[in-house]
Amino acid sequence: MERKTQVQAGNGQQDIIITREFDLPVALLFKAYEDPEIVAQWMGTKVIKLENKKHGGYQFETSDPQGNVVFRANGVIHSFVPDKNITRTFEMENAPFGPQLEFLEFEALTDDTSKLTIQSIFRSNAVRDEQLKLPFAFGINMAHNRLQEIVSKLK
Amino acid sequence: MELRRDVFQAIADPTRRAIIALVAMQAMTPTAIAENFDSSRQTISKHIQILTECELLKQEQNGREIYYHFNPKKMKEIAAFIEPYRDMWEDRFQKLESIMKKYKPKK
Repeated sequence: MERKTQVQAGNGQQDIIITREFDLPVALLFKAYEDPEIVAQWMGTKVIKLENKKHGGYQFETSDPQGNVVFRANGVIHSFVPDKNITRTFEMENAPFGPQLEFLEFEALTDDTSKLTIQSIFRSNAVRDEQLKLPFAFGINMAHNRLQEIVSKLK
Repeated sequence: MELRRDVFQAIADPTRRAIIALVAMQAMTPTAIAENFDSSRQTISKHIQILTECELLKQEQNGREIYYHFNPKKMKEIAAFIEPYRDMWEDRFQKLESIMKKYKPKK
């Protein structure tokens, strides 16, 4: 498996830099961030609101199969320049992390390839590290939940 | 002042991850490591130097040759949580890419 996504999180720093090259023209890459229906598909979340403009807001919401909301996040858009950049805040609701500032840079490499760089800046190094550990913790939880599901079906 | 190398930055580079993977199998000389890559010997030496500075690799003198060993202790702490984070994004971006490859403008 090719490892395309790179994650940089320097020791003691308070940011995370994610870079990824895409086999897509930059306009299509940007479209995937602009069109709420497409965002919903690849992020795996419902898009409640997405105002692509300066001072616009957005909100995502994810529910489990029973319809309970398990994740909700929102933010404000500070800059929105098609095919170039998005600057926004991001905050998970009911989480102790507070907002983070995100700089998304879209870059054409060739006519058919492009690059995305996301720099997320957190309030402190400690908050950054907690965020970084989330998918790891989720992974354990999900495995645990799946196990519980299987066990409960055995009864 | 000597720049202190950072483990996170060290493994963010795919070539360096490949070097770690190689050396993890068996201790190797710099020449043997470089033979596995298309990059110049000099480039690989630089990568090895960075990995050594942040203690992901350890040197051992064996006669006239220097062998590099993998030091798994350093790896465990970061790989444990940075990898799932990276995987989460790679998963999303793969979806994004395949959706957009099929995308047809509505107009």
